[in-house]
Amino acid sequence: MADSTVLTNIWAAILAFAVFMYVVMDGFDLGIGILFPVFGVGRERDTAMNSIAPVWDGNETWLVLGGGGLMAAFPLAYAIVMSALYAPLIAMLLALVFRGVAFEFRWRDPAHRHIWDFAFTAGSFVAGFTQGIMLGALLQGITVSGRAYGGGWWDWLTPFSLLTGVSVVAGYSLLGACWLNWKTDGETQNHARRLMRILAPVTLGAIGAVSVATLFLGGEYLERWFAMPAVLVTAQVPLIIAILTWRFARSLRRNYELAPFVITLAVFALSFVGLGISMYPYLIPNSITLQMAAAPASSQAFMLVGAAVLVPLILAYTAWSYWVFRGKVAHEGYH
Amino acid sequence: MFHDADALLLARFQFGFTVSFHFIFPAFSIGLASYLAVLEALWLKTGKSLYLDLFKYWLKIFAVVFAMGVVSGIVMSYQFGTNWAVFSDRAGPVIGPLMAYEVLTAFFLEAGFLGVMLFGMQKVGRRLHFFATLMVAVGTFISAFWILSVNSWMQTPTGYAVNPEGQFVPAAGWAPIIFNPSFPYRLVHTVIAAYLTTALAVGAVGAWHLLKDSGQAHARKMFSMAMWMAALVAPVQVLVGDLHGLNTLEHQPAKVMAMEGHYQSHPHGAPLVLFGIPNDAEQRMEHAIEIPRLSSLILKHDLDAPLAGLDTIAPENRPPVKVVFWTFRVMVALGFLMLLLGACSLLARATRKLYDWRWLHRFAIAMGPAGFVAVIAGWMTTEIGRQPFTVYGVMRTAESASPLAAPAVAASLIAFVLVYFAVFGMGTWYLLRLMSHAPQPHEPDLPNTPAHAAGITPGPALAAGSSPGASHG
Repeated sequence: MADSTVLTNIWAAILAFAVFMYVVMDGFDLGIGILFPVFGVGRERDTAMNSIAPVWDGNETWLVLGGGGLMAAFPLAYAIVMSALYAPLIAMLLALVFRGVAFEFRWRDPAHRHIWDFAFTAGSFVAGFTQGIMLGALLQGITVSGRAYGGGWWDWLTPFSLLTGVSVVAGYSLLGACWLNWKTDGETQNHARRLMRILAPVTLGAIGAVSVATLFLGGEYLERWFAMPAVLVTAQVPLIIAILTWRFARSLRRNYELAPFVITLAVFALSFVGLGISMYPYLIPNSITLQMAAAPASSQAFMLVGAAVLVPLILAYTAWSYWVFRGKVAHEGYH
Repeated sequence: MFHDADALLLARFQFGFTVSFHFIFPAFSIGLASYLAVLEALWLKTGKSLYLDLFKYWLKIFAVVFAMGVVSGIVMSYQFGTNWAVFSDRAGPVIGPLMAYEVLTAFFLEAGFLGVMLFGMQKVGRRLHFFATLMVAVGTFISAFWILSVNSWMQTPTGYAVNPEGQFVPAAGWAPIIFNPSFPYRLVHTVIAAYLTTALAVGAVGAWHLLKDSGQAHARKMFSMAMWMAALVAPVQVLVGDLHGLNTLEHQPAKVMAMEGHYQSHPHGAPLVLFGIPNDAEQRMEHAIEIPRLSSLILKHDLDAPLAGLDTIAPENRPPVKVVFWTFRVMVALGFLMLLLGACSLLARATRKLYDWRWLHRFAIAMGPAGFVAVIAGWMTTEIGRQPFTVYGVMRTAESASPLAAPAVAASLIAFVLVYFAVFGMGTWYLLRLMSHAPQPHEPDLPNTPAHAAGITPGPALAAGSSPGASHG
């Protein structure tokens, strides 16, 4: 039994890693989509798009790993969560269709480029917003009856889930702006910096609002964060956030290019750890634990062999691909 | 207004619709990725710019096809949970790991190297670029391997036990699950289908441009390559299809009965029903045109062999004959037309009329979409032929669905239909537009290829100029 508990926790960690990779990697390219309307038509939009064209597909693959991995390692949770989040999930999938094809279609049809640019923005916005809604819907709890979803098909829609939706959109936008600050120069970079000055406080406020609102969702969250010894960690969070905010403001003032992106990633990582503390050992708060949802040890072990070898390999060639397209994106990248 | 049965039917429509649409793109990109690898290899080997032109031409088409395949594929990885929650919960421990392996070994490989394949020629050099193309091509094949293993397990489940929670779990290792009885046949049949589909599409584009200018060197080359493929592979496919059918007869006899339209058993040699109107309600074939005993000859290699009909299958376990009977005939008919096209091209080659026989070119253009139609028809045959089960013989479709209200499923189905037809309709239009231009000498790159981005390794001249030794040179 001990072995299967360890395996289950390892798989929870791997999936958490996959989701985090997805959030930060597709986060910045969805963010660029969300910000697209404020960029100038022509050179600025083309540059923004080109900065992510070679990598967006790889970024989105982490979402497939999250879904496929959840089905494989925790099939019960996959079954319940996906049917509970039916409407926002379908909306997200359709949104990803629009923004994914826009990468190619806008170049294929210059006469209708504004339509595909709109599809890119709307798709990116809806994808980010619904992802945030789903996060909120999961945190506020899902009605389970037996081995199935027991609620209605609008249960996910609450003020809290709308708040998390808006927060994720803000966070993605900030990531996108930071990415452009790193990958572009000239006017586009200046534009990105102006956006970062607005988006950073908005994101920080949103994270604060979600954190506080989460505590009042139900007794368990409050207890978990303010009982000993967790409170020792909790007490550090405001300090860490304050330090990161100061570093961010400083890097912006000094026109650093990579630092704001890295600091934003750190804030995302911190929020993610916070989520983990809120959730563990549940996969669906207050009803389904990791152990209850776990696939048999034979399934998890079989996959672990592959994951142990393949995930480092994937990270290696993904890093290589980013390395190939390193540096600033050219304005006139066209023949 | 709605009942549970409606929700189930709508969910089936939705899955069938989204998977059929999705299947079109990988069927093309599996073949196209390999074709691109071959073109690039030929360019590297011979140095002829003709191959590079063709590579760049088809790369632009590949980029559009691949993008559509990716976005329609993400939908599939979540459809199991949204609409087939009970199936996901129960079959997840067996098929989930195979799908996870597909992501880890194939999707990341394709996605990781796609950027370099599309935009990186200037940045990484020829050899590394060719390696990237190869990785994408290999990735498409690995993807087919895993997902067809999953599908085959649902058709011919082996190597599983059922735990107290009702979940299918591996019984004795993974080999019996991955290499289940129908998998080798389905894998070979499907991968060949993807190659044939691509060959027919490439051939049609070549033929189209030959009709306009029979001297166009690029059109000649791609038409010739495509016709070699059709001529050599179509006969193999007919043979493999026959073996796949015999395998199905062994493991899923009811499906073959539906394909053949055999409602009744034939103790003394079964006829081959060429055409007819299946009547599922009365379980009989109306207006049948039959060739006596031929079905027994094909399936049993014996004119007098008895063949059981659907009357030997419990009514609640019978697949619907209507669709399966017709989709099977569409697939087979197209298969034989492909065979004919290949044979005609050999004849034209032998008489040195390959580039001038206009009727051959028209035939090839007409056959351009044939591969896609055949793939979808074959897919429908095997999937609907598995009904009324999701896991053949052990888990019913009716007990697999999520507890969703019919209006929710109806709304999402409408959304999928509208979005898919609009988006992929436009995509198809863009593909046709790309194909309508003939490949040119010095074929341009993708329009958004970064040309002189910073961060690129300095060119040899620049590097030499800045090196200490250069000042002495």
